[in-house]
Amino acid sequence: MSEILAKYGFLIVPIVKVAILVFVVLTLDAYLTWLERKVIAHIQARWGPHRVGPHGLLQPLADGIKFILKEDPMPTGVDKKAYFFAPFLTLMLALTSLSVIPFGPDITVFGYTTNFGIADVNISLLVLFAITALGVYGIALAGWGSNNKYSLLGGLRSSAQMISYELALTLSVVGVLLIAGDFSLKHIVEKQAGDLGLLSWNIIGFSKDHGSFTQIIGCICFFIAAIAETNRVPFDLPEAESELVAGFHTEYASMKFAMFFIGEYTSMIAVSSLFAILFFGGWLSPFPTSWMLTHYLPSLILVPLGLWIIYDGIRYETILGRIILPGLGAVFALLGAALFLSPVVNELIQGPFWFFAKVGAVLFFYIWMRGTLPRFRYDQLMDFGWKFLLPVSIANVVLTSAVIMWRLK
Amino acid sequence: MISGVLIIFFVLAALAVLGAVSLILQSHPIHSALSLILVMVSLAGLYLLMGAEFIAAVQIIVYGGAVMVLFIFVIMLLNAGVEERTNFSKLAAFGGVPLALALGCIIAAAIARSSGHLAPPAVNGAMSSTRELSMLLFSEFVYPFELTSFLILVAILGAIVLAQREN
Repeated sequence: MSEILAKYGFLIVPIVKVAILVFVVLTLDAYLTWLERKVIAHIQARWGPHRVGPHGLLQPLADGIKFILKEDPMPTGVDKKAYFFAPFLTLMLALTSLSVIPFGPDITVFGYTTNFGIADVNISLLVLFAITALGVYGIALAGWGSNNKYSLLGGLRSSAQMISYELALTLSVVGVLLIAGDFSLKHIVEKQAGDLGLLSWNIIGFSKDHGSFTQIIGCICFFIAAIAETNRVPFDLPEAESELVAGFHTEYASMKFAMFFIGEYTSMIAVSSLFAILFFGGWLSPFPTSWMLTHYLPSLILVPLGLWIIYDGIRYETILGRIILPGLGAVFALLGAALFLSPVVNELIQGPFWFFAKVGAVLFFYIWMRGTLPRFRYDQLMDFGWKFLLPVSIANVVLTSAVIMWRLK
Repeated sequence: MISGVLIIFFVLAALAVLGAVSLILQSHPIHSALSLILVMVSLAGLYLLMGAEFIAAVQIIVYGGAVMVLFIFVIMLLNAGVEERTNFSKLAAFGGVPLALALGCIIAAAIARSSGHLAPPAVNGAMSSTRELSMLLFSEFVYPFELTSFLILVAILGAIVLAQREN
C-alpha cells in the first residue's frame, strides 16, 4: 500500500480528495437547504418541512429528484451562449473556490503525508479573491442572457453590488495579512496558534512576540462584505422577490436553477470557511494546548447526540422514522465511541472537528440573519458600502500597520 | 522533448489567440467582452507558468474581474444590440492588410532567427515572490510607483468633476 502511494500518490491522492470533497460539499449543500428551511420555520413559529421522511430529513432528496425530472423550458429570444454558460460558470467557480481551503493540519495516511485540502498554494487567499472576482459573470450573464427585464435588473444590481463590496472585502483582510506576512491560508492559521488557545486568534490577537493586533474591526467588515458578495439577506437585492420576481434566475428552471442554488450555497460554505480561517484560527482548538481532556470533546458531543436521536426515533410516529432515526443515531453514537477508543483517529479528527464546528456556527448565523433582518433599500446598500464599510476597512489597515510598527520597535 | 509545461503553454497560448480572434469576429459587444476575459485569464495562466504567481492573481482580480465587470456592466446598461457590419473599408484594404502582413513577417523572422535556442523565459525566483516584488516596488521603483498612484488619483478626480458638472 505505502509503496504504491509513494510512487503514484501525486496522481491518486488529489483525485480521491476531489471526489470526497465534491461528495461531502454537495451533501452539505443539500442539508443546508433543509437546515435553512427548518431554522427559519422555527424562528417564524412554523414547523418547516416534515412530510418527507422523519423531521423532513429526506426533503433534500425529494427536491433533487424534482430538479432532475422537471421540464426545462427555454424562453424565446434568449442569448443561448450566455443563457447556458451562466449556471455552469457559477457552479464551477463556487466549487473551485473550495480547492485552496485547508480544512485541517497536514495528515499522514499509510505513511503518505499530504495537506488536508486539495491544493496547498502559497497564494491561496489571492486565488480565492480571483475566483470571487470572476463569480460576478455567472450572475451578470444569466441576467442579461435571459431576455427578461426582471432578470436584467437583477443582474445589473448584482454586478454593481459585487464591485462595491469587493473592495471592502479585500481591504478588511489586509490587517490579517500584515500580521501573518503571507498569502497562504495554511500559514495564516499556523500563525494564530499559541499556548493560550483562542486568545491568540486574530479576532483577539494576543501574541507573545507582539506582532499581532486585534482584528475585530476587520472581522466585522469582512463578514458584512462577505454576506453582500454571496447575495444573502439583508443584501439579497439581486433576487428581491417583491420587486424582481426572482432576479437573475427568474427564467431558469430544473437543473439549471439547481446549479445556481448549489453555487450559492457552496460559496456560502467557502466564505464561512475563509471567515473561520482568517479570524477564528481555522482548525485550531479554542482551548489551551495543555488541556488534553478537551480532545475527547468530539466523542462527548457525538455519543449523547446519537443516543438522543435513537430515543427520539423509537417514539417517532411513522414506521420510516422508527427505522431511519435509530439507524442514524446508532451511526453517530458508534462514531463517537470509536473516536473515544482509538486515540490515533481521535488526534486526526481534532483539526477538522474544530474547523467544521466553526464553519457550522457561521452558517447558522447566516440563516439566523435571514430569519431576522429585513432587506436594504438599494441606495442604502450603496451608501453603506462606499461611505461606511470602505473607510472603516481602510482605517483598520492604517491602525493595524501603525500598531504593529510601534510594537515591533 | 515535449514537457508538460510546454503543452500547458501551447494550450494557454492557443486559448489567448482564439479569444483575441473571437473578440474581433463576434458581432455582439457582450460576446466580444467575454472573449476578452478569456484572453486575460489565459494570460494569467501564462504568468503563472513563468512563476509570477502574484502577477497572475492580480491579472485575474484586476483585469479579469474589476475592469471587465465594468465593461460588461456598461454594455448591459446601454443595452447595446448586435453591431452593424459594413463592407471591407478602403482604409482596411489598403492600409491595414499590408501592415498586418508586415507585422506577421517581422514576428516570423524573429522566431526564425532564434530557432534552435527557443526556451521558455527563465523563472527568476527573486522576482516572482510577492515579498521581493514589494521590496523592489517600495525601494528602487518608489518614485514611478508614487507617480502612477498620483496619475490614478487625478483620473478619479477628473471622473468626479465630469459626473458633477451637470448638477
